[in-house]
Amino acid sequence: MDFNKELDARGLNCPLPILKTKKALGELAAGQVLKVVSTDAGSVKDMEAFAKQTGNELLASQDQGKEYVFFLKKK
Amino acid sequence: MSGKKLAIIATKGTLDMAYPPFILASTAAALDYEVQIFFTFYGLTLLRKDLSGVKISPLANPAMPMPVPMPVLVSALPGMESMATMMMKDKIKKKGVASIEDLRTACLESGVKFIGCEMTVDLFDFKREDFIEGIEYGGASTFFEFAGNTDICLFI
Repeated sequence: MDFNKELDARGLNCPLPILKTKKALGELAAGQVLKVVSTDAGSVKDMEAFAKQTGNELLASQDQGKEYVFFLKKK
Repeated sequence: MSGKKLAIIATKGTLDMAYPPFILASTAAALDYEVQIFFTFYGLTLLRKDLSGVKISPLANPAMPMPVPMPVLVSALPGMESMATMMMKDKIKKKGVASIEDLRTACLESGVKFIGCEMTVDLFDFKREDFIEGIEYGGASTFFEFAGNTDICLFI
């Protein structure tokens, strides 16, 4: 999937992946896509909840074993 | 802004109890909540510039996981508190959990408002210069002015 910016959130624990995602989205323009890579299993549910509550669309959420990859489209 | 509001009263000054207010406040701010934390009694020490006094106490904390079983009298020995704090901070770092300083900075950067309890400053003879910049000082009615219109209000 195409993206405009990638955020490496590997090794970070709750709530850091979400806080960094929020910050990274702030640097994008509306409609642009952010890719986030995380190793925190809790971020799968958290990212869904974040997208739902902030209105930024979660285009994809991929479980790649030890890593979780998300694509978020900025509102 | 989601239009939602969160108010938290932070009353505890130990390392373990420092986490919930800062984690919830920074996350709520990331979710576009407007957030205020009212720091009172020992909670006010979480706003000191120097957070080295924020420690974990193994005493009266039977739920704390220990590497080896620890009788209460051993936990009460001098130096045990510092050792437990050091071990906890080490674990926090290893597990990629944010430090209290980092979460506090994240709160301030995302617009969380900190209110310091004026009465507590007076009660413990605290000095305002020992606290970080950007705090507003006030009392219970200052807190209610915001808390009265919130969606979530927590006492920690």
